[in-house]
Amino acid sequence: MSIGLGHYLSVAAILFTIGVFGIFINRKNVIIILMSIELILLAVNINLVAFSAFLGDLTGQIFALFILTVAAAEAAIGLAILVVYFRNRGTIAVEDINMMKG
Amino acid sequence: MIPGIENSDILMPEYILAVGGMALLMIGVFLGDSAQRTVSYLAILLLALAAAVVVMSTGNGRLTAFGGAYVADDFGRFVKVLALVGAALVLVMAQGFIEREKMGHFEFPVLVVMSVLGMMVMISANDFLALYMGLELQSLALYVLASFNRDNLRSTEAGLKYFVLGALSSGMMLYGISLIYGYAGGTGFEQVAATVREIGTPIGLTFGLVFLIAGLAFKISAVPFHMWTPDVYEGAPTPITAFFSASPKIAAMALFVRVMLGAFPDASVAWVQIIVFISLMSMVLGSVAAIGQNNIKRLMAYSSIGHMGYALVGLAAGSPQGVQGVLIYLAIYLATNIGVFVCILGMRRGDKNVENISDLAGLAQTRPGYAFAFAMLMFSLAGIPPLAGFFAKFYVFLAAIQAGLYPLAVAGVFASVVGAYYYLRIIKIMYFDPPAESFSPAFEPSLRVLLIASTAFSLFFIAAAQPLVLSASAAAATLFP
Repeated sequence: MSIGLGHYLSVAAILFTIGVFGIFINRKNVIIILMSIELILLAVNINLVAFSAFLGDLTGQIFALFILTVAAAEAAIGLAILVVYFRNRGTIAVEDINMMKG
Repeated sequence: MIPGIENSDILMPEYILAVGGMALLMIGVFLGDSAQRTVSYLAILLLALAAAVVVMSTGNGRLTAFGGAYVADDFGRFVKVLALVGAALVLVMAQGFIEREKMGHFEFPVLVVMSVLGMMVMISANDFLALYMGLELQSLALYVLASFNRDNLRSTEAGLKYFVLGALSSGMMLYGISLIYGYAGGTGFEQVAATVREIGTPIGLTFGLVFLIAGLAFKISAVPFHMWTPDVYEGAPTPITAFFSASPKIAAMALFVRVMLGAFPDASVAWVQIIVFISLMSMVLGSVAAIGQNNIKRLMAYSSIGHMGYALVGLAAGSPQGVQGVLIYLAIYLATNIGVFVCILGMRRGDKNVENISDLAGLAQTRPGYAFAFAMLMFSLAGIPPLAGFFAKFYVFLAAIQAGLYPLAVAGVFASVVGAYYYLRIIKIMYFDPPAESFSPAFEPSLRVLLIASTAFSLFFIAAAQPLVLSASAAAATLFP
């Protein structure tokens, strides 16, 4: 069996779904949310690179490189916000992020 | 500007902000937090300079750079001026607050300048890669701004929530973009539009479009992607909440319009129904959910959700009149909202800002001028003629009726009647309830000027509407070649 575009897209779709569920179902730890976000971005990258190879067009791979760079910046900012939050609250459990409701 | 790149001088305002923002960062680093005030004033000058450059280039027609990835047209120039002016006004009103609250770090104006730079890129993006880079530059700066009061639990919680949900929405939008890229064979808006014209919308492209709209709807806080808005608005420091409700909303709405009309003009069957749905839901939720709120910032969050719903009515119409309506709506929304947030900043007892609506009780007896300005701005937001807010709604509903979207226009009018309740309730509390303890006296002079200007704009818009309506009409026409 040869591996075609459909297989890559399926893997990416599964990864994307796992990432989204990881954000919504997880009740434990904000770090897991950060990991889920990375998973979503990786799914997007697989999609882009697979399409890029399929179309014979470089734009997708360049896009993937940009996403990698931005993902690094995003993770840095997310962790920084998490650290200041932890200093104030003393916990990073998702169910404790509930000062404001409504 | 850059040799070998055609038309690269259309990025002049962006160069000014990028280079100026980094220069401000250096000034801040060398002089420390004591230079916060200087950096802030310089940032205001920078934004004003960029706005002047944008205004000067109006009428140059549609120019593209970087192989069509970046476009400067009158639509973009109109919105850029709004975003720049909004950010500059927020910096003006923030100065007193951040000095009082001891959060006078020099990074604040720098972050505002950087996020505005991201907005400019979003507004001018004509390629999904440029769109994504602009959006992230804006968002990353906004996450930090939301948690700017870093020793305050509510501010950091707002930042955390905004970050998690913002990153999720960026991810969804990117997934949509990857599908659009795959099925359309390119990331340029024109290229996508050409493919759609040729082969219609295969299922993959429709999927991509839906994910893309979900991400964009999150950025303008339209229902059902609005859940972050009330928490972030309540938790973030008040001037930053004012900023959130002004420039980023305007830029994201412009981006929304440009993507839909630039990349998918021939797929309108697919997206108009989605826009109609989220517009309707935002109008309804914005008017109903705000009724039970006690915190004025939370109330303004629901109010902004509702207003984005009204602005989307113009996009749903998808016509030059509709886009003109959106632009007029954004301009009036910006002017009124700045005034309302000045009023909220003035709600101060001793050194502490208070945020409950009940704190406004009897304001008309203790501070008649303040209460009058607040009441007029509320009337304007509720859309009562002849104030500015009425004309904002008038133009979008008119466009919807011309486009045959009668049910949407009727539902919008009903929603604005329901929404009027909570605006009028604030006026009732100010004018007819027994007075609560008086607020600390007097606005700072800059706040007073802003409040008078914003109230005058709302009151006398009818007398001077012509230039705004004409320039919005000219700007909207550039999207329909």
